[in-house]
Amino acid sequence: MSYLINQTATCMPALLGTADCSYADMALFIVLKVVFALAAIIVIMCFAALSVVAERKVCAYIQGRYGPNRTAIPIIAAIPLVGNFLKKNGLMQLVADGLKFLLKEDPLPAHVSKLWYLAAPIMSLSPILICACLIPFGVWWDSGGAAHPLAAANIDVSLLAVLAIGALGVYGAIMAGWSSNSKFPYMGAIRASAQVISYELTMALAAMSVVLYMGSVSDSPLSLFEIASAQEQSWFFMTQPLAALLFIVALFAETNRLPFDMAESETDLVSGFHTEYGSFKFGLFFVGEYGHVALGSALFIILFLGAWNPLPYISYPESWGWISTLLGFITFLVKISAMIFFFIWVRWTLPRFRYDQVMALCWKCLMPLALANLVFYMAIAAI
Amino acid sequence: MEKEFTYPEPAGLGDNRIGEKMIVNLGPSHPATHGVLRLKIELDGDMVTRCDPIVGQLHRGQEKLAENMTYNQFVPFTDRLDYLAPMCNNIAFVQCVEKIAGIDVTERCKALRVICCELSRIASHLVGLAAYGMDAGGWTVFMYCYTQREKLMTLFEELTGARLTNSFARVGGMRRDIPESWLGNVNKFANQFLPALDEIDKLITRNRIFVDRTEGIGIITPEQAMQWGLTGPNLRGSGVATDLRKDCPYLGYDNYEFDVAIGARGDAYDRWLVRIEELRQSIRIIRQAIEKMPDGKINIDDHRIVPPEKDKVLRNMEDLINNFVVVTQGPAIPRGEAYFEADNPKGALGFYIMSMGGGVPYRVKIRAPSFITLSAMQEILPGHHMSDIPIILGSMDFVLGECDR
Repeated sequence: MSYLINQTATCMPALLGTADCSYADMALFIVLKVVFALAAIIVIMCFAALSVVAERKVCAYIQGRYGPNRTAIPIIAAIPLVGNFLKKNGLMQLVADGLKFLLKEDPLPAHVSKLWYLAAPIMSLSPILICACLIPFGVWWDSGGAAHPLAAANIDVSLLAVLAIGALGVYGAIMAGWSSNSKFPYMGAIRASAQVISYELTMALAAMSVVLYMGSVSDSPLSLFEIASAQEQSWFFMTQPLAALLFIVALFAETNRLPFDMAESETDLVSGFHTEYGSFKFGLFFVGEYGHVALGSALFIILFLGAWNPLPYISYPESWGWISTLLGFITFLVKISAMIFFFIWVRWTLPRFRYDQVMALCWKCLMPLALANLVFYMAIAAI
Repeated sequence: MEKEFTYPEPAGLGDNRIGEKMIVNLGPSHPATHGVLRLKIELDGDMVTRCDPIVGQLHRGQEKLAENMTYNQFVPFTDRLDYLAPMCNNIAFVQCVEKIAGIDVTERCKALRVICCELSRIASHLVGLAAYGMDAGGWTVFMYCYTQREKLMTLFEELTGARLTNSFARVGGMRRDIPESWLGNVNKFANQFLPALDEIDKLITRNRIFVDRTEGIGIITPEQAMQWGLTGPNLRGSGVATDLRKDCPYLGYDNYEFDVAIGARGDAYDRWLVRIEELRQSIRIIRQAIEKMPDGKINIDDHRIVPPEKDKVLRNMEDLINNFVVVTQGPAIPRGEAYFEADNPKGALGFYIMSMGGGVPYRVKIRAPSFITLSAMQEILPGHHMSDIPIILGSMDFVLGECDR
C-alpha cells in the first residue's frame, strides 16, 4: 500500500509537467487514480447503504420498536455468532432491500419524457460520486515528511468544486419532476429547485467565513485539505460557531432531509419528485439521498469539526507514520457515522416545515445572518 | 355551495398575479386523506382556490341494511361506522333503541358503558393525534400514540374478545359482564397513560415548527362552526362549550366530574390542544367510574329484550323459548320512534330509529359527524397552502367509514 502511495507521490509532479516521467509511470498513475476514486466511491456508497439500515434501526429505537430483525440469508444466518448478529441488526435486510430494487420489474410509464426520465436518477447520484473523489479522507506523510491528503484528487479549489458539483444533484430532481409529466412530481421538483438554490447561498456564505480565515494562513484557502490541516489546534466550529450552525441547517435543506424535505413531503405530495419511479431507478434516488447525507456530513466535518483530528488541540503525531494515517482515517469515518446518526435523530424528532416557511427562514433569517457573519469576520480580518 | 378564494387586491401586479390554475386530485388513494376521500382541488401556484370533497367511495348502504336485520344484528354494523371508536357507536345505537322501548339499564351497565365509551374515545383521539402529528411530519408522535393504543386494544380484547370491531353492546345491557381483574388492568393503563401522554405533549405541542405549522391555519369561527353543524372536539376547538355529556347527560354522565376543553381561536392548533385535554378528562372519568362501579347484574331482567343466562337456558323450558325468540326475532321493541345523539370522539353521532314493533327497525337514519365535518372542507380549505391541506384534514379528525356509512 505504502509503495503505491509513494508511486503516486512520485508521479504527482509528472502531471504538473515539472519532472520527466515515462509512459509506464503515467499509466500506473492513471490506474492508481482510478483505484483511489473507486475506493472513495466505495466508502461513500457503503455509508449510504449502511445509513439506510441505520435509519431504520435508529428510528425504531427512537419510537420504541425493534426495527428489522427477521431477515436472514439462509447459509450466512447459520454461522454461529456472526449470523445472529447480522440478523438482529438488520444488516441482511439491507441485502434484501437492495435485491428487491434490482429484481423488481422496472416500469417505464407511457406518459413520461423518456430520455430525461431515465437520465434523472443518474443525474441525482453521479455528482455525489464525483464529489466523493474530492474529499480528503485522511492525511499521510511521504518519506520527506510532507503531508498529503488521502484523496483521489487533490485540487486547490476542492471546496468550490464540491459545492458546485454537489449542487448539480438537484437537476436530478428537476429532471425527474418535469419528465414524469405528472402533477405531484412536478410540484415536488419546483419546491426542490427553489429550496436547494436558496440554501446553497447560505451554505456557501457560511463556508466563506472559513475560507476568509484560511486566506490569512494558507496559500490555497479553498482546498479542503488545507482547511482540514488548519484544525489541528482549535476546530472551526469553536472559532466560528454561527457559521457552523448556518452550514448545518443549510446542509439539512440541501440534502432534502426532514424538517426540510419539501421535495418529497409525502403527506401532501405523495412521494414528491420520484412519485413515478419504481424499482432500481427509485433505488438510485434513494441511494443518492443517503450518499448526499454522507457526503454532506464529510464536508461539515472537514470544514468545522476538525476532520481527522480526534479532539480539539489533540492530533495524531506525524512521527507515528502510517499508524497516524490509519487512526485519522478511522476517526474520520467515526465522525461521519456520528453525523449521520444526528441527521437521523433530527428526522425522527422534528415535524416538517411548510414550503413558504422554509423559503422565509432562508431569505429572511439565515441569509442575513450568514452575510452579517461574513462581514463580521471580514472586519476582524481587516483589523 | 363552493366558496372560491380570491386574492386581496394585487399590489401593482395587475392580472399577472393570478396564473393558470391547476386541478389536482387528492385521493381517493393519497397519504393525506386517511381513507378513501377524494378532494378535487383547484390550485393557483401553491394556493388552494377551490376545494370539492367527493365522498361515497366507502358507501355500504348501512341504513338500508339495518331494515333487514334485528337490532342486535345491526350492532356489528355500527362498528364499521367510526371504526376507531367502535364501542361508542355500539352504545349510541343501543341507547337509541332503549329510548324507544323506555328501557333503563342497570347502574353497573351504565358505568361499564361509560368506561367503554371513554376508553374508545381515548383510542380514537390517539389515532387522530397520531395521524395529525404524522401529517405535520412528526412520525415519532405516530408511533408513541400507537404504542398506547396497542395497550388499549389488549384491554378491549380482554373485555370483548375482539380488538377492533368489538360489537359489545346489546339492547338492554352488554354482551357479558366484566371479566375479573379487567378493572384493575384499566386502572393500570390509566396510571401509565398520563405520563405517556405528557411525553407526547412534550415532544410536539410546544415544538416551534409544529406551532408555526398549525397556528392560524384552518380557522373556524364559533358562528361558522355552529352554522355548518360541526360537533364534538371540532366545535369545542372553536370555543363553543358544547358537550352532549354535559348538556343532555346520558349514561349518568352527570354523576361524573369532568371539564369541557374549549379552544380560543378555532385554528388547527386549538383542535390539537382540545383533543389532548379530552384524553386527560377521559382518564378522569374512567377513574371515577372504576371507583364507584356498582355490583349487580349487567343486563336487565326483561327476557323479551335480553336472552336469559346460558345455564338457565340449558335447564328451563321457558328460558329456552325466550332465548330462541330473542335470538331469532330480535328484542321486542314497541312501536315508536326516537332520535338519540351521543357525544362521540368524532362529534355527535345521532341515530334516528323508527320501529313498527318487533325486533327489526322500520327505518334507521344515521347522523354521521364526519360527513358534516367533511362538508365544511370546501369552506375551510380555500386560501390555504397545498401543504396545509394535510394539517387541516388531520386537525378535523374524521373517519370515512362513518362519513360514507
